Amino acid sequence: MATKDTHNPKDSGATESKRDSAGFKRPDGRKIDETRHMKAEVGIIPNADGSAMFSFGDTVAIAAVYGPKQLHPQHLQNPETGILRCDYSMLSFSVTERIRPGTSRRSQEISKVTEWALAPALNIKDFPNTVVDVHINILQADASTRCAGINAAALALAHAGVPMNDIVSSVSIGKLDRQLVVDVSKAEEDWEEGEGATDIPFAFTGGKIALLQLDGKIRPKELKEAAKLAEKALKKVYEVQKEALKKAGIKEESK
Amino acid sequence: MIETTNITKERIKESLKEGKRFDGRKFDEYRKLVIESGVSKKAEGSVRVKLGETDVVVGIKMDVVAPYPDGLDEGVLMTSAEFLAISSPRYEPGPPKIGAIELARIIDRGIRESKYVDFKKLCIKEGEKVWQIFIDIYSINDDGNLLDAAAIGALAALKSAKIPKYDEKTERVQYGEWSDKKVPLVEKNTPFTITIHKIGDRLIVDPNREEEDASEGRVSIAMSGDSSENFINAMQKGNVATFSIEELEKVLELVEDQWKEIKGKFDKIVK
Repeated sequence: MATKDTHNPKDSGATESKRDSAGFKRPDGRKIDETRHMKAEVGIIPNADGSAMFSFGDTVAIAAVYGPKQLHPQHLQNPETGILRCDYSMLSFSVTERIRPGTSRRSQEISKVTEWALAPALNIKDFPNTVVDVHINILQADASTRCAGINAAALALAHAGVPMNDIVSSVSIGKLDRQLVVDVSKAEEDWEEGEGATDIPFAFTGGKIALLQLDGKIRPKELKEAAKLAEKALKKVYEVQKEALKKAGIKEESK
Repeated sequence: MIETTNITKERIKESLKEGKRFDGRKFDEYRKLVIESGVSKKAEGSVRVKLGETDVVVGIKMDVVAPYPDGLDEGVLMTSAEFLAISSPRYEPGPPKIGAIELARIIDRGIRESKYVDFKKLCIKEGEKVWQIFIDIYSINDDGNLLDAAAIGALAALKSAKIPKYDEKTERVQYGEWSDKKVPLVEKNTPFTITIHKIGDRLIVDPNREEEDASEGRVSIAMSGDSSENFINAMQKGNVATFSIEELEKVLELVEDQWKEIKGKFDKIVK
């Protein structure tokens, strides 16, 4: 650990959680603020207006955007603005115990929070009566699937050329016993020692929190640290997303 | 009127900027809380909760079922909610929509993650038979903040619930007859769910219907603990507004203050 710190002077401004972390071992040997290997690719589904895949290690999400297109039935249309509609679902064989295909209460809720996370980044006021459909599927799940899904969806939206204020980047923060870590894997989600596992998916856009959920047991002070840790980790996620967009020939417009 | 008009939403926002709510409440002031017990004699436990004119009923039913593979010696919890058509012109009969599903799941997670229910004590025979608790929530009148009202209702209903008699020989629950055992609860883990709404750049609690329609973002937090230390057990940001980290810190402060208030009121009413 000590040698790594000297190699990376940025890390010397360690947070409190980091100081506590001396000797803390993650199941896969990652540093506490290290995500799993990230991969992103834009333009994976030719039929879609925009598409992308994003993975954190063994968690793989793909997303496709169709739209803006006319919304039917007509009574759902909004003459003031375009509408964003998200659906998230896991393939039945993406997890060890088969999931029944189709929607569940869990998938409906994740679809909704995904929509809320992406909406603030979009600028679809000028597309009245239309809908932007975002479909997210999880091919392989090793925890943090909604975060991978949001990252893929944000890329797909940019690929589709939907006007955006910023990209949306998402990562989960975990608390394993008393230790905060970045990008929770399934092995970590099932952590049982001490205070157990707390899972906190975050998404940021434009420097602000767009997605925030939590399950477990955490002190308010620790949560504040978690938010800062997420903000920092998301800079790396953002870079991976930007690289993927660049590769697909999509450039950031200067404001 | 079904929808709150944009003009009203704008006026609410402007008024909040000047530090005022339409009904004269402070930003961190809940409406009057009323908890009544005994909605249905057939239920294992039931309550009616009113927050101002918002009115919800919550009932507990129980059954004996096989445990889940990941908790062979633990009881099972299932929370569901329905926004009844009687409670507002904006609801229609039919299966629960996302609003009701989300509400039930937030309340479920608060109760589950806080370990308020002692699930191990709900085991009858490991790997074979455990008690299942159904928490069923129905809106009677929606004047905003169904979520916090329903969360209080779920706690009060659980506290009032008695476990039905169970015949080991016939392996049947003797519905309508109750043992003298109550649902095993861990007092110090009581998870109060408090929702903070963001309208413009102002943060308020317990919105009425119009305020909730004007709300652009919310954070719901289920918090447990005692006077020495609080724990967040479940949390969800809802709706499209984003929160800066500073705003999140303000939300947490508000929730910690409100937690004391609500706990005080709850402990006084529910014995």
